[in-house]
Amino acid sequence: MKNPTIEIDALRVVRGGHVVLPNLSISMYPGEITGLLGPSGCGKSTLMRAIVGVQVVESGAVRVLGEPAGSRPLRSRVGYVTQAPSVYDDLTITANLGYFARVYGVPKERIAEVIDTVGLSAHAHKFVRNLSGGQRARVSLATALLNRPEVLILDEPTVGLDPVLRAELWDTFHQLANQGATLLVSSHVMDEAERCDRLVLMREGHILASASPREVLLQSGTTNIEEAFLSLVRTMEKAA
Amino acid sequence: MTPRLTFATTLRVLQQLRHDPRTIALLIVVPVVLVALVKWVFLDQDHVFQRVGVPLLGIFPLTSMFLVTSITMLRERTSGTLERLLTTPMGKFDLLAGYALGFGAIAVVQGATVSLVAFGLLGLEVEGPVALVLMFAVLNALVGTCLGLLVSAFARSEFQAVQFMPAFLLPQFLLSGLLAPRAEMARALEILSDYLPMTYAYDALSRVAAGQGFEGHVAGDAVILLGVTIASLALGAATLRRRTS
Repeated sequence: MKNPTIEIDALRVVRGGHVVLPNLSISMYPGEITGLLGPSGCGKSTLMRAIVGVQVVESGAVRVLGEPAGSRPLRSRVGYVTQAPSVYDDLTITANLGYFARVYGVPKERIAEVIDTVGLSAHAHKFVRNLSGGQRARVSLATALLNRPEVLILDEPTVGLDPVLRAELWDTFHQLANQGATLLVSSHVMDEAERCDRLVLMREGHILASASPREVLLQSGTTNIEEAFLSLVRTMEKAA
Repeated sequence: MTPRLTFATTLRVLQQLRHDPRTIALLIVVPVVLVALVKWVFLDQDHVFQRVGVPLLGIFPLTSMFLVTSITMLRERTSGTLERLLTTPMGKFDLLAGYALGFGAIAVVQGATVSLVAFGLLGLEVEGPVALVLMFAVLNALVGTCLGLLVSAFARSEFQAVQFMPAFLLPQFLLSGLLAPRAEMARALEILSDYLPMTYAYDALSRVAAGQGFEGHVAGDAVILLGVTIASLALGAATLRRRTS
């Protein structure tokens, strides 16, 4: 197996006196899409924030592409899309991407390319405040694609999108992975699981399972991920 | 510091403002209206207008830029764009300096407009060079911009950010020497006013109004105001935390 691009060792995160991640270790590999699944509040976003280096961590190590998470050399190599679209409402789609293109120092041609990738070419000159929630989320995603990051952390990127668009975006994610990128995609929709190379099922800050979708189903003796999740939770509770 | 990142931010801030004509109108028109009001309030006491008019040309821009930038920056913090920017190559100082330059450009237009109206239409007189008044108007707008960027770190909501204006600027206004000479205040207040930026804004402009050029106290005031600008930018950058809980 290739060397991991993301290595997390004994990560512990406490937020407001509450232990969100007690002791989490996991690795992610180039060319793979890891799906991070679990109910909201289970620590998915906190884990992602730790990987991009904006989360205060209590202990443990997070290394990305061999560097400590959030360190300066990583900032042009790691893309991050937050759950709430973080773009400027009072600028057009093109102007938003123009700003981030300057920040990343990528050529202007990339702007139209990424707008096309997220299927917003027809709206390129609309103000973000006049877009629907799903369209805003796509502008936010396009921003993270500008510099062709080697590591892409996507927090619920497909919430509220129509199925056709969702399939198209997953095609884009697979293309990026085929080109060697490492993707971590969170979702609370279990039906997106089968599109991932590897699944990490999370609950209350713990990893319930980390394997390919097929292995997860085999291990739990179920036919879909939702059932597998339930069965794993029950097994854990019996054990405890 | 990377100029590419600073100018990218300046350009973006100006683009945002360009699409917000109402805010531009408020920034340019409100100081003009306020100076005109002062003129007519003291219509029969022109000496009062002549005494306070020139200092106000610096104090109004300071106040309005403070308000606009503290809210704009707070929005950047609460909308998630700040967190995202801090995961990109954008430096903290580049971001704040970009803001300061963008609003500084607006300040030039604001200062020029209000000076033009005050000297051209309202009969305000200045013994010293008019260009110096304009320079201090812009410098004060920059002080307001950078102080606004700094205090936005301490506001959790736009509601709180607006409250910083009376909490932070009104005492400075009262103690600046505009309402009463500082030497006649309670001693403690006089000492306190030595540490407030607006004191130097008032001091410089009232001296220019009385005929002093860019020398002695006036030059010293300019250095202090510039120092306040740079110090609040640096402090502001220090309050931007890449990692939050």
